[in-house]
Amino acid sequence: MKKLATFALAGMMAAGPALAELVIPDLHYRTGAYAAGGIPFSDGYQDYFNLLNQRDGGIGGEMIRIVSCETAYDTERGVECYESTKGEGSLVYQPLSTGITYQLIPRATADGIPLHTMGYGRTSAANGDVFSHVFNYPANYWDAASVIINQLLEENGGSLEGKSIALLYHNSAYGREPIRTLETLAAQHGFSLTQIAVDHPGQEQGNQWLQIRRERPDYVVMWGWGVMNQVAVQEAINIRYPMENFIGNWWAGAEHDVAQAGEAAAGYRSLNMNRLGDMPVFDEIRQYVHEAGMAAGDGSNVGSVLYTRGMYAAMLAAEAIRTAQEIHGVAAITPEMMRDGMEALEITNARMEELGMPGIGPEFAVSCEDHGGTGMAIMQQWDGSQWVTLTDFVAPDDSVILPLVMEDSAQYAAENNISSQCSDS
Amino acid sequence: MFYREAGDFKTSYAEDNQTFPIAFDRYRYYFVLFVGLAIVPFVINDYWANAILLPFLIYAIAAIGLNILTGYCGQVSLGTGGFMAVGAYTSYKLMTAFPWMDMVTITILSGVMTAMVGVMFGLPSLRIKGFYLAVATLAAQFFLVWMFNKVPWFFNYSASGQISAPERFLFGQAITGPNAEAWVKYLFCFAFVFVLAWIARNLTRGSVGRQWMAIRDMDIAAEIIGVNPLKAKLTAFAVSSFYVGIAGSLLFTVFLGAVEVGASYGIQRSFLILFMIIIGGLGSIFGSFAGAAFMVILPVALRNFFAGTLGWDPALATHFEFVIVGALIMFFLIVEPHGLARLWALLKEKLRLWPFPH
Repeated sequence: MKKLATFALAGMMAAGPALAELVIPDLHYRTGAYAAGGIPFSDGYQDYFNLLNQRDGGIGGEMIRIVSCETAYDTERGVECYESTKGEGSLVYQPLSTGITYQLIPRATADGIPLHTMGYGRTSAANGDVFSHVFNYPANYWDAASVIINQLLEENGGSLEGKSIALLYHNSAYGREPIRTLETLAAQHGFSLTQIAVDHPGQEQGNQWLQIRRERPDYVVMWGWGVMNQVAVQEAINIRYPMENFIGNWWAGAEHDVAQAGEAAAGYRSLNMNRLGDMPVFDEIRQYVHEAGMAAGDGSNVGSVLYTRGMYAAMLAAEAIRTAQEIHGVAAITPEMMRDGMEALEITNARMEELGMPGIGPEFAVSCEDHGGTGMAIMQQWDGSQWVTLTDFVAPDDSVILPLVMEDSAQYAAENNISSQCSDS
Repeated sequence: MFYREAGDFKTSYAEDNQTFPIAFDRYRYYFVLFVGLAIVPFVINDYWANAILLPFLIYAIAAIGLNILTGYCGQVSLGTGGFMAVGAYTSYKLMTAFPWMDMVTITILSGVMTAMVGVMFGLPSLRIKGFYLAVATLAAQFFLVWMFNKVPWFFNYSASGQISAPERFLFGQAITGPNAEAWVKYLFCFAFVFVLAWIARNLTRGSVGRQWMAIRDMDIAAEIIGVNPLKAKLTAFAVSSFYVGIAGSLLFTVFLGAVEVGASYGIQRSFLILFMIIIGGLGSIFGSFAGAAFMVILPVALRNFFAGTLGWDPALATHFEFVIVGALIMFFLIVEPHGLARLWALLKEKLRLWPFPH
């Protein structure tokens, strides 16, 4: 059996180009109910690393090797992917699934491999004092909930007293994440919160929207992913819910979520953690990667919301690798060094400009205690044919989020006997 | 030639009644045990444990459990996923409420709890049969998943509604949590599989098993010859749920470590285990193992072959995996509707005569 394992491993290694030394696993899902979101993200993630290989010869002179593994958004397959790729020297995992993230947090921490869960996963992982190997910069779910409420406060003259907000959420760890924050905010600002769950995969939402039609909440906030988003937008149109009062989080605001409804969905708003628009880096990707026939997918997704986000994630990983190389003075870094690089990561406007993606995200710096970034997000609106950015980066209410993060991470630390990670180093 | 009864003399009733009356079978059985206990733990690594062996062992327990109910007692159940969730959540509550409790006790208590829940949902089986019972157990599936999602007490009021297993030790070795060694987890599951399969085998050929099979074959006739359907059906539900609960508990504590009820114990889990026993063979302990192996190992093997050895695009490999596994299931069911266990039995029949078939 051992022999078979080494045989399989040898086969996997032979498939990748030789002499590559920075291993980036891509746990993508190009099949299953959530593929519509998984494909563009993975395309962006891989294309950016390929661009670095083609244009700059890797990072710091070391080529990058992408090891991809299909998870189909399934936690067990995600675990299998993790186990089968971790032995190859994987530097950082980006599973793009909250369920898989929960599986990987203890495993990756024990194996000393960092996990970057950008805007998903366990929110309280922002507390680096407890979660040494988990990073969720630039923003997390609780930030998202707070940003939406802050934006609504601004629109309503600073008060949401007596307003009603319905949270339409994917009935999973992902969808339930914002509830605690929204409950706290509801108590603070005096709005009433209705929670409406949608079960996986989210094609059946008749009852939920019947309830919304009956109760007519002032706003509907959605935590959706995959086919659930499309269905929800269509249902909202069917009951003639005012679309500008229907707001999705950043995983419920891609082109494919609204394109089917088209004009009818005009007005629907969502958050985004990365800015859109034509950036110089896209031309370079087309030139160096797509024309060379190395596109990760069919090449049609360049510039879309999730493609840009995947590329942004890859950029953050690449910058962390660069930081790690500077700190340790070696080009071929290990996962532990990668962790140090992520913890010392600093993203400035000048750097983003230099990389050909000006203002793609907010400026932020990571520290040992703070693995969460600034938590800022922009609000965008669908105008019937494309997403239009409405606001600049809006900040969350840290006075609400921080105590919640501390409380939840302290509970995790107590359950798992984790001592403070930052004070002793 | 090697596989025959001739020359293997039994001198006591106990010997005559043993599970493996043929010497070759007996040695094969000892050989499997030997490999499982003395070789595998030394060569096992994380990948083999987490991708293949642990799921195989755990699903084998669940398949034996469902086979007792469906294969031996003839009561169709679609609630397996829900009952597994009962086992998992019982383990979680016990682990967090009583940190001093050891994992063997926790796992067994989870099975006992599931058995009680199973008996409760088994009560309708006294009135309804066949498809109607399937629908009733389907209701159990949805109700249990809904309940574990809805009542925050079950997941200790955590923000995400997930449960995660804290670290626990047995004989000084971590058995749950991220620091548990692959071989410890493997041996822990192996021990449970061994004991449970041994009990199941002996239950099913004893008086209880005969009662179950009488109910399965014709419940009215069974009642006339003196089988108490209340007792037979409810014991089947209890024993079956006990097994399924232990499988659910191990799936959570040892294998996954963190669980979301909808994703891990949903209806697709019930179907997976039902497929296992249908493909493996209804009413056969060996069939439960064969079915579990088929459904766990085949997809992984295909994936490694396509994406690893042939270097295909992983997404394409996944699509092909669906096609091939589906085609193979159809092929096996057409060629041998009684499952892999029946193929195995036929092979043994042939072996007995080989090389002189006439």
